[in-house]
Amino acid sequence: MCQCCCSNQTVVDPKSQQLEEALKKYSGKKGALIPVLQEAQDIYGYLPEEVMVEIGEKLSIPVSKVYGVATFYAQFHLKPRGRNIIRICLGTACHVRGGAKILEKLEETLQIKDGETTQDLEFTLESVACIGACGLAPVIMINDDTHGRLTPDAVSKVIKQYQ
Amino acid sequence: MDKKRILICAGTGCVSSGSNKVEAKLKETIKEKGLQDDVQVVITGCHGFCEQGPLLIVEPEDLFYCRVEETDIDEIVDKTLVNNEVIDRLLFEDPQKKEKAKTFHDIDFYNKQQRLVLKNCGHINPENIDEYLAQDGYAALEKVLKNMNQVEVIEEVKKSGLRGRGGGGFSTGLKWEFTYKAQGDKKYVVCNADEGDPGAFMDRSLLEGDPHIIIEGMLICGYAIGADEGYVYVRAEYPLAIKRLQRAISQAEERGYLGTNILGTNFSFKLNIKAGAGAFVCGEETALLISIEGNRGMPKVRPPYPATKGLWDKPTTINNVETFGNIPVIFRKGAEWFAGIGTEKSKGTKVFALTGKVNNTGLVEVPMGISIRKIIFDIGGGIKDNGQFKAVQIGGPSGGCIPSELLDLPVDYDSLTQAGAMMGSGGLVIMDEKTCMVDLSRFFLNFTQKESCGKCTPCREGTKRMLEILIRITEGAGVPEDIEILKKLGENIKKTSLCGLGQTAPNPVLSTLRYFEDEYWAHIKDKKCPAGACKELVTYRINPDLCNGCTLCARSCPVNAITGEKKEIHFIDPDKCTRCGVCITKCKKGAIYLA
Repeated sequence: MCQCCCSNQTVVDPKSQQLEEALKKYSGKKGALIPVLQEAQDIYGYLPEEVMVEIGEKLSIPVSKVYGVATFYAQFHLKPRGRNIIRICLGTACHVRGGAKILEKLEETLQIKDGETTQDLEFTLESVACIGACGLAPVIMINDDTHGRLTPDAVSKVIKQYQ
Repeated sequence: MDKKRILICAGTGCVSSGSNKVEAKLKETIKEKGLQDDVQVVITGCHGFCEQGPLLIVEPEDLFYCRVEETDIDEIVDKTLVNNEVIDRLLFEDPQKKEKAKTFHDIDFYNKQQRLVLKNCGHINPENIDEYLAQDGYAALEKVLKNMNQVEVIEEVKKSGLRGRGGGGFSTGLKWEFTYKAQGDKKYVVCNADEGDPGAFMDRSLLEGDPHIIIEGMLICGYAIGADEGYVYVRAEYPLAIKRLQRAISQAEERGYLGTNILGTNFSFKLNIKAGAGAFVCGEETALLISIEGNRGMPKVRPPYPATKGLWDKPTTINNVETFGNIPVIFRKGAEWFAGIGTEKSKGTKVFALTGKVNNTGLVEVPMGISIRKIIFDIGGGIKDNGQFKAVQIGGPSGGCIPSELLDLPVDYDSLTQAGAMMGSGGLVIMDEKTCMVDLSRFFLNFTQKESCGKCTPCREGTKRMLEILIRITEGAGVPEDIEILKKLGENIKKTSLCGLGQTAPNPVLSTLRYFEDEYWAHIKDKKCPAGACKELVTYRINPDLCNGCTLCARSCPVNAITGEKKEIHFIDPDKCTRCGVCITKCKKGAIYLA
């Protein structure tokens, strides 16, 4: 967290500066809320409450609406997330080729449940409906890398690459 | 040596199998050996044969290598590039005929397709506009802008018989005509690339493999309806598609295909990309438009239709990616030629994402009216691991299951609807005898229930109740009345929901009840899962005739449910067993079975 420098007037928090730039880029544009939230999440890793309040103020949108939009879409997160995001696909193709077993193995290896983040903030595990790589089912995505044709035995080896 | 061109697939499937590394190594080796002037390395979009990736094609011979690894590169350069030798090991072997295929023309997966929309995918570099232009790219736009007026363009689309490829199958020409006739100082074209169906990836592959064809289709639409601005709404989960599209837009702007006074005419058009934020319901047109406006993507009551009151209340044409992909083809070849393909009421081709328990998974483009049997057995190479075909799930959560009795059903909009399924966006998931149809319905209901936006009660509450019943049945607590309730509830949700999501959500349940009601009864009455998929309803047993007491199962069981002395027959305690299935995978004798 960055509270340490917020009270210090001579140091500007680079993150809030980035947010300001993003807000500037979209100010006055129609339909700006979702892209601004997307950029804010890229900057902070999630959407802290004070960031949503600021976005609402700067875009002249009620904070209730900002919150409403942020909670409607699966992409937005209101809690801190891990350094590595593991998306496990449970789409139809992965489902019929044993995706559930991969999820079980991931939960066992990381000692967290679907949707949770490890205590050391290294990994966040979340199931998704389809990542569009059905030919490689069952498949997981870690950050932007896709790992396909998985077996439960191969899971820990894949995880190790990111530890 | 002859001049060669090597095409490497850089679609999402192949990249995840390591095609980037293969490309880098290939370029490096070619440089090391001083072959730069004789060999050109080109990255392409998806060839559609993802499971065999990374894929590599050597032109001019069209040699087709699959599952290529970095370590194969030296050999490829020395043997194939320098000496024109074929490396047998890297060729594709037909899973049924057990024969090796030298070029992609020799592979049934490819030569039994009819590729119109996907023609360029895998054969041109999607990041280079010149390669698209060399394939007659933007020729259709030029023809339209210089020789046709708006009404003529719309008439041509109507004459082609093209129907929307997003699922509903509404006439594209009529949709355009409505927007053209609607009053408005500004109009929009929107491309729906929010492909959220589990089991579908054709929009992704088309955007990644041939982004310019979509831009060209949207431009022609914009001209026809009188729009000067457009949006492509792409799923945020498709970063590569967004990147390629962005690049294609800036190249088209540089060459004057996008912007003001396009090709020296009065027509101007601006194209924006909008990244979705993860909500399946945004595939529904009214919800998608509201999402572009920056709100929660909840659908609206229609009418008014987007054609009269769409984005920011302006007349809007919204079509799916594949629909726009068909447009340049129609204008290049003519509406009559296009209408000659397919059936009486379903014209042209359809792209399917063929996945599940089938040998050749991947993207398949076939003429409408082809039988399901041909797609699965001729193109798909039959069922994986010599399994038995049980059903094909078509159209994702909006669609239904087609059983083996209907394998000869022609694939077109109307036949599928009659059979209780739906074209949907075109996901084809093949299932064998190990898939439980009740479990599959539960899977889809779980998905639609989670993705319901909650605006209307039948969808929000109804799907939840249906899911509860399905969970109960798969856990062995089903009661005979459940079947009737599922049917009634399903019909009511279909009739009373606000948007397409709710109106189609019960389809997977209703269609499996129609063709596989026995399986539901087996769960309810006999408390058995015939497919052996529902954990609570299967018991693991040891066949005493096969067990040799090797203790492997007992040692791997995580809950110590297996007992027995060395070299003596083992026994599984059903009360302790958590049905994890580890024992069955460990037993070398095949002595453990499901009962």
